[in-house]
Amino acid sequence: MTGTVAVIDYGMGNLHSVASALAHAGADRVVVTHDAAQIRAADRVVFPGVGAIRDCMAEIRRLHCDELLQLALTEERKPVLAICVGMQALLDSSEENGGVPCLGIIPGQVRHFGHPLLAADGARLKVPHMGWNTVHKVGDHPLWEGIADATRFYFVHSYYVTAEDRSLVAGTVDYGVVADAALARDNLFATQFHPEKSHTAGLQLLRNFLAWNPAC
Amino acid sequence: MGLAKRIIPCLDVDNGRVVKGVNFVGIRDAGDPVEIARRYNEQGADEITFLDITASHEGRDTTVHTVEQIAEQVFIPLTVGGGIRSLQDIRIMLNAGADKVSINTAAIHNPELVRQASERFGAQCIVVAIDAKRVADVDGQPRWEIFTHGGRKPTGIDAVAWAAKMAELGAGEILLTSMDRDGTKNGFELGVTRAITDAVDIPVIASGGVGKLQHLVDGILLGGADAVLAASIFHFGEFTVPEAKAYMAEHGIEVRI
Repeated sequence: MTGTVAVIDYGMGNLHSVASALAHAGADRVVVTHDAAQIRAADRVVFPGVGAIRDCMAEIRRLHCDELLQLALTEERKPVLAICVGMQALLDSSEENGGVPCLGIIPGQVRHFGHPLLAADGARLKVPHMGWNTVHKVGDHPLWEGIADATRFYFVHSYYVTAEDRSLVAGTVDYGVVADAALARDNLFATQFHPEKSHTAGLQLLRNFLAWNPAC
Repeated sequence: MGLAKRIIPCLDVDNGRVVKGVNFVGIRDAGDPVEIARRYNEQGADEITFLDITASHEGRDTTVHTVEQIAEQVFIPLTVGGGIRSLQDIRIMLNAGADKVSINTAAIHNPELVRQASERFGAQCIVVAIDAKRVADVDGQPRWEIFTHGGRKPTGIDAVAWAAKMAELGAGEILLTSMDRDGTKNGFELGVTRAITDAVDIPVIASGGVGKLQHLVDGILLGGADAVLAASIFHFGEFTVPEAKAYMAEHGIEVRI
């Protein structure tokens, strides 16, 4: 039994992909909502995000999604999966939109890839970082079950995360810089890539999330 | 290993049916975009582009419904283009399950739409499609202009300068189609591909003219494209996506296998 998964909807775009991928991965029930009662009643929480961080943060706060997320993480201790801008929002602040304070749940910064961005061999790299890149797993985690090191996942972002506490890093990706591709702490897992758009590897990660029972 | 170059099959859809023909063994209904998208997904396509060429207004509802069905079953990125004219059109397609929308003619009439869309929805989901055609050289240098109406109507706009302007306004990606090559199977127009990939920092998808697998390799190695888009070589079953990827890998291109 995976129970009910609440996908937190703060009105910033396409959440159908996340919801249908979760359903495809075997979720018993998926609700896409910002309703406090529904999120609190859910067994698992997905915190997605697309778009620009300033608007995302404004809506997250206006709809009190930050409080609900904190409850899920610290009091209710449910499994939480943050995706892309959802992951970035967990950090202290982002350089996007001229500098935006974020939730400060994980200490660290979100920075722009920079212009020009160069690979180790001097080749010019395009920004956004868009497409399938290899993720280097750091340590073991139940969400990596059945996923080989250097598996490709789908990324699309112009800003990247660096957590201060490097023991929280569950995966990295090389794109001119070494960026955090996944973070993990207790009942929280966060990915910069989009599992819902990453074909079989992404669906495997979502299945792992649905089966995950963090002891905490 | 780094970022893989992408292979993107393109579906041209008219009133909910794929046109230009598709020939997959084992598909009962060859024109069903949902079935075809699912097949390309299974083959390992990196993304799918859905180009709506429906002329009628009523047909748009069919398109939205088709996009919804594809998004429920295909877990790779989906770009939807054709007839996108306003922020509302973009919102409808994103809500239907598109990950990106492609803006073409509307960007020419109203470049501000690109800026507004990028600010509202994020650069990552705004693709600007450019239909370019070679025109008379200027001072011995090749020149390409933007054409509309399927390559029939010139705009006088320089394609390379336009791409740079679109990137500046907030486009996240350029979908570049050579109208000289589209449908010819003679390969991409590498001159304009190279000129635009050099001029912008955002990813560029090369499109128009793929007839054999070497063309895909040329688009990336010579044209500098970040992704290659093709329709007929895949639709008619001449090549599968894995065959295309294997060929590219043999030529030293990093692909997702």
